[in-house]
Amino acid sequence: MKYQSQSVALYYFYGALVLFLVQVSAGLLAGTVYILPNLLSETVPFSIIKMVHTNALIVWLLMGFMGSTFYLLPEEAERELYSAKLALGQFWLFMIGALAAVVGYLFGIHDGDKFLEQPVPIKLAIVVVCLMFLFNCTMTMIKGRRTAIANILMLGLWFAVLLFLFAFVTPSNIAIDKLYRWWVVHLWVEATWELILAAILAFLMIKMTGVDREVIDKWLYIVISLTLISGLIGTGHHYFWIGAPAYWQWLGSIFSALEIVPPFALVIFCFSMVWRGRRDHPNQAALLWALGCSVLTFFGAGVWGFLHTLSPINYYTHGTQITVSHGHLAFYGAYVMVNIAMFTYALPYLLGRHPFNQRINMWGFWVTSSAVVFMTVTLTFAGVVQVQLQRVMGQSYMEVQDQLVLFYQMRLGAGIFVVLGTILILYSLMAVPKRAAVQPA
Amino acid sequence: MEERLTRNAARNIFYGSTAVCLTIFVALVAQSHWYMVNSSTAKSPLTESVAEGKRIWTERACANCHTILGEGSYFAPELGNVWLRYGGDTDAQAARDGLKGWFQAQPSGVEGRRQMPQFHLSDQEMDEVIDFLKWTSEINTQSWPPNLAG
Repeated sequence: MKYQSQSVALYYFYGALVLFLVQVSAGLLAGTVYILPNLLSETVPFSIIKMVHTNALIVWLLMGFMGSTFYLLPEEAERELYSAKLALGQFWLFMIGALAAVVGYLFGIHDGDKFLEQPVPIKLAIVVVCLMFLFNCTMTMIKGRRTAIANILMLGLWFAVLLFLFAFVTPSNIAIDKLYRWWVVHLWVEATWELILAAILAFLMIKMTGVDREVIDKWLYIVISLTLISGLIGTGHHYFWIGAPAYWQWLGSIFSALEIVPPFALVIFCFSMVWRGRRDHPNQAALLWALGCSVLTFFGAGVWGFLHTLSPINYYTHGTQITVSHGHLAFYGAYVMVNIAMFTYALPYLLGRHPFNQRINMWGFWVTSSAVVFMTVTLTFAGVVQVQLQRVMGQSYMEVQDQLVLFYQMRLGAGIFVVLGTILILYSLMAVPKRAAVQPA
Repeated sequence: MEERLTRNAARNIFYGSTAVCLTIFVALVAQSHWYMVNSSTAKSPLTESVAEGKRIWTERACANCHTILGEGSYFAPELGNVWLRYGGDTDAQAARDGLKGWFQAQPSGVEGRRQMPQFHLSDQEMDEVIDFLKWTSEINTQSWPPNLAG
């Protein structure tokens, strides 16, 4: 750790990891309700469990991005954060707000559409947290060295926050509501967050491979150009069946089909940098997560997205378990993994140690990743069967669901391993061995 | 490639292409907004009751189990066309009574079957939710879903 103020990142990383465990536990519970549908049905219905699952995910990913930014920015800007105190205050406001939201959900206090169920006061608190964050980071950046990585990261963060303001737009016309809901959800995960992801991966590549910044910056610009060229108009793949004009079927299909290109470029980028760097970085676990992130982003966001993004196919698959399978692998491959890569890389520096618990961490990587991949494949098969029975043959929804039980059982099995893998990851990152070698400052 | 494409050129490509795509996207969404208000959702007026029904829909987090126009959660049936599934286009009163009966019978408590919570909606609130579902079923969705099963 070169700058004292980087240490605020610790709070964010640990906070994010705690919420990560909340997220997968709620997921495991939701998967169990699929098998035992009467479980908790009167006390904590499925809708609430699911809400905790998705909201905890989004909050911990954001918290991870913020922590990563607080770690990365001082090194890029070559100066201390504008205000470490502000960053700390922001953390507590965020963490308490997140926990209050979760507790509120359990008591049935929520408002808003999927992913955006936070009651208005919580939404306002999120905006305050974001403004504190952006102010702090922007001040740090403009007073220090400006790099492409910092610029792109901040561009992604600024736009992500601006787009969140559309979460306050809830017109009575549900079609219009959906039109703009995707400005938050799609333009987060398929545009602005990808800028954040690419910037973090580029930072890790510079640090771990030692390849020239000039080369990495160029790749970074290429990857994010491809991302936004395909991803902005690619939002159209959400506009096929919500009452929007028919031309979106062409535009959405073509542009979102191209969305497979940037993650492919990302894979080539990461592997060629590591190959070119030919440097043995001591933190092998972080490297594994970074490379794994590019690969599973390609499969989850790229391949599994492409599977059902063409409108003639999406006509049959829209809103089935195919959607669910894509959602799981895409979120895991891209955003979970980039966060864990960053945590794994940065924690030893923040704690002044040499890399620790590498083996357990890598076990966590393989167990969790395999389990999520297995879950994805299982849900894909469930989706294919569902499409055939329900969308083609016209059997009723619940009749079809009853025939998918075997897939849901296998999904639950995969879920158990996801939770076990997550515990391994958490243990490897949080339980610092007393005897871990101290790194000279 | 590396000799020909400089970092500054790559950066300019990024800002240039982003500006172009963003402009096109925003313009198309503006046109879509206009089209949706005036054409695809304009079959029946968006009454106070429909708006209230939508508010209840959101407040009760219906989309955390159900899908509507294919979006939401995948634990319970699609509701964008539930009005038609209940035969609302041929016998509106029967569909309305059927849906109300369904709301009131929840949770079914049947062992091994997914449970819908009891939301204790008043008769007026049930009417509003049903008005909202009826209104939604009239949106021109490019003939999605493929069949009544949703």
